[in-house]
Amino acid sequence: MDQDRSDLGTPGRKAISIHNLWAGYDNEIVLRDIDFTVYEGDFIGLVGPNGGGKTTLFRVLLGLLPPMRGVVEIFGEPIRKGRQYVGYVPQSVEFDREFPIDVWNVAQMGRLGHRGLFHRFTDEDRKVVAEALRKVDMFDLRDRPIGELSGGQRQRVYIARALATEPKILLLDEPMANVDPQMSSTIYELLKELNDQITIVMVSHDMTAISSHVKSVGCINRQLFYHGGKEISPEMMEASYGCPVDLIAHGIPHRVFPDHHHEEGTS
Amino acid sequence: MIEEIVQALQLGFMRNALMAGVLVSIACGIIGTFIVIKRIVFISGGVAHAAYGGIGLGYFLGFNPVLGAIVFSVVAALGMGLVQRRTRERVDTVIGVLWAIGMATGIILVDLTEGYKADLMSYLFGSILTVPTRDLLIMLALDVVIGILVALFYKELLAISFDETFASVENVPVDTIYLILMCMIALTVVMMMRVVGLIMVIAMLTVPAAISSQFVTDLKRMMVWASVLGMTFTTTGLWLSYFLNLTSGATIILVSGVGYLLALGVKRTFFQGSAESEIGELAAEAG
Repeated sequence: MDQDRSDLGTPGRKAISIHNLWAGYDNEIVLRDIDFTVYEGDFIGLVGPNGGGKTTLFRVLLGLLPPMRGVVEIFGEPIRKGRQYVGYVPQSVEFDREFPIDVWNVAQMGRLGHRGLFHRFTDEDRKVVAEALRKVDMFDLRDRPIGELSGGQRQRVYIARALATEPKILLLDEPMANVDPQMSSTIYELLKELNDQITIVMVSHDMTAISSHVKSVGCINRQLFYHGGKEISPEMMEASYGCPVDLIAHGIPHRVFPDHHHEEGTS
Repeated sequence: MIEEIVQALQLGFMRNALMAGVLVSIACGIIGTFIVIKRIVFISGGVAHAAYGGIGLGYFLGFNPVLGAIVFSVVAALGMGLVQRRTRERVDTVIGVLWAIGMATGIILVDLTEGYKADLMSYLFGSILTVPTRDLLIMLALDVVIGILVALFYKELLAISFDETFASVENVPVDTIYLILMCMIALTVVMMMRVVGLIMVIAMLTVPAAISSQFVTDLKRMMVWASVLGMTFTTTGLWLSYFLNLTSGATIILVSGVGYLLALGVKRTFFQGSAESEIGELAAEAG
């Protein structure tokens, strides 16, 4: 399992490649004919309305939902095998505040994939977990019950848990839900730093926030519109419906539109 | 009083009863903790009541009803577990239906059985005062089995309780672990049948764990405290029922219930240093 992953360091490699993907539940097709390639080193923000298929796409990438049709590969391998390179940060809306667990033990769950049944966590696991917690600045709070944390702190613990899996790709589902604005800019800074080594894909319904922090933006609403750039063309907006609603609702961010030429540091 | 206690301890059935209370409390504390944190109290209730079908079958076919209860509760536990994982039906509805079917099957089978059904009530309401020494050994064995299984699968059980999605992404065999937990619940239920009866099994599984979850923030400590609380409740309830000549199972449950309410009160009064209680205090002062 612990194969040498350093050989994946070549820039420009395909981290995720999705071809002709159809996915959904029972009678409802949520994602239609998705083609999407993520290259190593990318930091992609996918925006779209709620119910547009953001979470469904993640479920497919995590092997939780088998695709109806199409091919999905992670570093050239099928999902079952490829998902070991993926660190997942879930949307943290529902949560049992009384669950008896501390920060350390949550982060340590990131090591489960490395220590199968009947194996105890090793010193190496503890080292990785400690490092992950330090990275998100939660090591000092490692004995704190998870229920006593603020939304932003909890989110950072989930990021640490994902980092403890030693991922090559980080998937974040609405990472700034339940996080106050100040904390969210701290988290964005952290993600930017992590992006030096890890490919990041995050989904959000909040385009304004996402577009000023990521390298490139895509729209997802049943279909996926992504051209590897940071601009959202009117065609993408129109086609992906819900997107312009967010745009207007939050005031039009300059960076998102092509050729405005008066980009100021207001973000 | 002390003389009376010493006198009572001379009685074999009283010693066995106390011992049984302690032994089931261990399993209860461990398994109850998972039931409470994983929020499957309702499933455990279903398993307990479905077990009655097995008792009826035992009576009808003339074998030991406890064996029937074991088979029925394990099958019910696995069935409900699978239903919960696999179907998109409303899970609580399905469990409610299985719950009722198990119970009804038991009643009908007992109806169809000729003759005198002496200790039928003991399965429903418990009969801790008639636990034979052989049953104590079975309880001890079950405690050991449960202890070993939980120790072996501890990190996986914790993972599926906290975040099943993440656990499956990390290749934890979520379904298998969940079904192992369901089996352990079934065995615990049968074991507790002797002490408080099937109808009140839910209370014994949840109350000690629920109380300890109010005060500790670590899963292992929660199990230990739940076990200790269970022992306290069964022992207290047993003595009360002995001196007041009441049904022991029901007395144990009432003692647990009172303990639960007391714990809630204690928690509210002493353990809430949060803004919420501060506001409450300020409001009280203002009023």
